Amino acid sequence: MVSQSTIERPAAAADVQTRGAAPRIKLAVKDLTISYGKAVALKEVNLEVREHEIFGIIGPANAGKTSFLKALNRMDVFTPGMRVNGDIEFNGRDTRHLNNIYALRSRIGVVFPLPVGLPMTVYDNVALSPRWRGITNKADLDVIVQRCLTRAALWDEVKDRLDALGSLLSGGQQQRLTIARALSQEPDLLMLDEFSIAVDPVTTMRIEDVLKELRKEVTIILVTNLVQQARRLADRTAFFLNSECVEIGVTEDLFTGEVKDRRTRDYVEGRFG
Amino acid sequence: MTTDNSVMFQASSLNRRNEKVQGLYRILFGLMTLMLVTPVLLILGTLVAKGGGVISWEFLFTPPTDGMRTGGVLPALIGTVWLVMTALLLSVPIGIFAAIYLSEYAGDNWFTRTINLAIINLAGVPSIVHALFGLGAFVLFFGFGTSILAASLTLAVMTMPVVIVSTRESLQAVPQAFREACWNMGATRWQTIRRVVLPNSVTGILTGVILEVSRTAGETAPIMFTGAVFFTPFLPQSVLDQTMALSLHLFVAATQVPGIAEEVPYGIALVLIGLVLTMNSASIAFRMWLRGKKKW
Repeated sequence: MVSQSTIERPAAAADVQTRGAAPRIKLAVKDLTISYGKAVALKEVNLEVREHEIFGIIGPANAGKTSFLKALNRMDVFTPGMRVNGDIEFNGRDTRHLNNIYALRSRIGVVFPLPVGLPMTVYDNVALSPRWRGITNKADLDVIVQRCLTRAALWDEVKDRLDALGSLLSGGQQQRLTIARALSQEPDLLMLDEFSIAVDPVTTMRIEDVLKELRKEVTIILVTNLVQQARRLADRTAFFLNSECVEIGVTEDLFTGEVKDRRTRDYVEGRFG
Repeated sequence: MTTDNSVMFQASSLNRRNEKVQGLYRILFGLMTLMLVTPVLLILGTLVAKGGGVISWEFLFTPPTDGMRTGGVLPALIGTVWLVMTALLLSVPIGIFAAIYLSEYAGDNWFTRTINLAIINLAGVPSIVHALFGLGAFVLFFGFGTSILAASLTLAVMTMPVVIVSTRESLQAVPQAFREACWNMGATRWQTIRRVVLPNSVTGILTGVILEVSRTAGETAPIMFTGAVFFTPFLPQSVLDQTMALSLHLFVAATQVPGIAEEVPYGIALVLIGLVLTMNSASIAFRMWLRGKKKW
């Protein structure tokens, strides 16, 4: 293990972290509205994500789930036409008026719906982010690569071919490689956007087990269109529909308890969508 | 309709017609390809048949003598190499950097659309117009005189759009998902370009450079007014010297020199094509080596 103290993170990265005790609220979103030109993708969302929880977001296509993740990551800066209004606090710091968006992004790991194995070796895929933050020592990198691949449940399958191209792994392996790459950022927050869309059920279950382990260390936002996946994993879940956050609650309550909005129950029980 | 198995796999008249039509198209496309190759083979064949005889070490490595009726092509050969190399040195970095800006940094607004339109129009300007521009701008206004520098600058301006367009196309061919994966890890645009975009578009960029070499070496009009001369026995010593060039030498030998042996212009043309092929094959070999490591 390479402990945090031996890895020098750029001063800018520490910039995002708050001083003092870790806050219980990892992420606070207030009156978040996202629009692309005249089209509104998400309207006045208010929610909080707690430290070390798996926060599920369910909802049909075009509900604004992916736009929500992009706003958290400040991807609006790199997305032409995307406008974000409202407050987002990450670790108690306002991210809407952050000078160093790169430091913010390096603290947030993202996994996409379709696996993205970058066209470089498996090793380089995982070592990319550590190298960018200044770790060049081969021994340190070896440790990080092995640890991240192990945590992503991929190490046993690729340990003999770390020199193979990441883009040539199978879909399920590439998705776990993407997770390993996200973990190599040593993220505070891991955001998964419908990660199981291109992954077989067995691999999905393996990744879900990985996520259950990971929650001890990182906070996870899990966007999924599989209602049962949210039920299996998420502590609390938000239901997005037609650019609105319809419901937020303890996941099990969405299925069995009281719900504010009838559409929530209809959706989780599969009556529409 | 019957579901009888014996009939099920029998070709219907529609099947047979589709197959016939597809066969015809195949022949049509094949013929077109053949037509494309024929002129190339004819040109090369004629040149080798008529000019092959004059090619010798002496032809390549001695200056012309006797009012260019005899002797070799050395000053023109060296001059063309100077012109092509200087033009590449000027246009390739600028072209690639501009393409990176347009593809990776610039937003889609009226300003970049105007620039793109200008680039396309620049590519459509006839070379004689470039020649006059070069004469006015580089030879006279900047005071470089008729020199390799002025001629190469003119060639560079002329071929820059090819480099920009082909570079931009190959940058755009790199999947956007790769960029987003890097950005999400906290990489800056430049880190992303450096580590992911450029390594995966370099073969396409080289294709543009190859095209540029061919075009630069063969152009006559732009260099006629700006740096290439009818005849000089001297080899260029710096970019401020005048020089002979194969393309202009070919034009002169073919039209302006009375009593020259018929095979000499063919020989010059053969040397020009040989030079272009040599320069190209170096970058093609490099490209093939890179493509062997094709990443996705």
